[in-house]
Amino acid sequence: MTMTRRGVMVMGAGALVAFGLPMRASAAGEDAIAAFTGGADMGSEGLTLTAPEIAENGNTVPIEVDAPGAEAILVLAMGNPTPGVAEFKFGPLAGSHSASTRIRLAGTQDVVAIAKMKDGSFVKASSNVKVTIGGCGG
Amino acid sequence: MKKTALITALLGASAITAGAAWAEPVEDTLIINEETELTTWTDAPAAVEGALPEVISGWHFRGTETRAMQADDFDNPGMIFVEQAMDAWDTVEGEAGKSCASCHGDAGESMKGVRAVYPKWNEDAGEVRTLEMQVNACRTENMKAEPLKYTGTDMTSMLALISSVSRGMPINVATDGPVAETWEAGKELYYTRTGQLELSCANCHEDNYGRMIRADHLSQGQINGFPVYRLKNTKLNSVHARFKGCVRDTRAETFSPGSPEFVALELYVASRGNGLSVEGPSVRN
Amino acid sequence: MADNVKPRVKAPRKARAGETVTIKTLISHPMESGQRKDADGNTIPRSIINRFTCEFNGEMVVDVTMEPAISTNPYFEFEAVIPDAGDMKFTWYDDDGSVYEETKNIALG
Repeated sequence: MTMTRRGVMVMGAGALVAFGLPMRASAAGEDAIAAFTGGADMGSEGLTLTAPEIAENGNTVPIEVDAPGAEAILVLAMGNPTPGVAEFKFGPLAGSHSASTRIRLAGTQDVVAIAKMKDGSFVKASSNVKVTIGGCGG
Repeated sequence: MKKTALITALLGASAITAGAAWAEPVEDTLIINEETELTTWTDAPAAVEGALPEVISGWHFRGTETRAMQADDFDNPGMIFVEQAMDAWDTVEGEAGKSCASCHGDAGESMKGVRAVYPKWNEDAGEVRTLEMQVNACRTENMKAEPLKYTGTDMTSMLALISSVSRGMPINVATDGPVAETWEAGKELYYTRTGQLELSCANCHEDNYGRMIRADHLSQGQINGFPVYRLKNTKLNSVHARFKGCVRDTRAETFSPGSPEFVALELYVASRGNGLSVEGPSVRN
Repeated sequence: MADNVKPRVKAPRKARAGETVTIKTLISHPMESGQRKDADGNTIPRSIINRFTCEFNGEMVVDVTMEPAISTNPYFEFEAVIPDAGDMKFTWYDDDGSVYEETKNIALG
């Protein structure tokens, strides 16, 4: 099979349509995780991160984190120019260890939440959010 | 080369299939604050007889999270601007020493139903007025104050306040009598192709609503939800600002907000939504 | 201080002792990220609310560190336990040193 220039371009375009263009996770995101956990191992049970599979606009993406018994939950957008989003610290009068907010995503990427539990252990959850581009100039 | 073409065709086909299913308006019911049910999908009014089988609010073309955001006044970011306009409503401005409230009292009472019938004929001025024009006429003639910028935040917030107290009431703009000529001019504009892309309003919003345009859903282009809080620019957007954006996207020189052409177009487009509820401030992407 | 900053809070006026209630907060603020450029190509300096706290009778409910990835007009929803009647105090801290406060009284009943 001989590849023509046009063939390669068309194939590339087809691949983009099918898979989107994932943002590359930054080293800064990994650094932020390490700073929060001190490099400790992270479990996968006990933290729920709710985010839309497809966000209509990356400027306002609703998310929710919920980790019963957590002291704090860190939220990171791994593909943003700066990955930090928010850190929720729950006080003695927190009615649950959950919170909702609206965040900015620079493009399709993984949103990551890490909960620090009362016993000092850590739990990680991750959700891939596809950010669509509007039809009429966005 | 054949293999490449086949792969591309397969990928392309799957994208289109997925997209087409996703673009259909979603069947759902819009209830604001768990009490006010809005009419967002109803029989076609006279203005679109033969052109559309039924009329559908842009709300049905949005995603689950966006639709939910409009269903609660606290979750709806457009309501911040309504609150700001409530302060402006009571603020004395201009040489006459009056505020909106000096003449109109409580906006919740006096403005009820107003949004639903605009644009409308003003007998004294002998012209079709949009709600923005009426607000500025009030300011310059009665308050002796400076007019507000047609698509500026102060104006759009004021429109959001006036619209919010009519939510749930059916849009009911007149299309006959003294406005008939303007309405015809608006209809003419709606079906006129503009720009390098040679697109009319109808090409997208009548012929292709429910389909995808790039990664977005094409709605019927109804304006019952204006002013619209857009997630994209995180502010309230006015009807004429949207018209301007649409015409610009056909790669044409656009008309100006407040121009006679856009006033006529607004009257016509509003009448295409007669029977849908006033929704503003709505939330869109 | 950014223009037109206005806090909004949704909290119940009454609760039973020990009840868990849902709180929603929203504040109008541009949350300028520091990533954008103006028409001349100059970077628009970062100006955000960087911290939000909710306390009830002086005890912490939630303390949020906020980064530029929080959307314009920051919104939070969370739950609080109401042990007794008292004041729920909400505080937003701006990059420019401004502090915006709101207090809601919650009665028992």
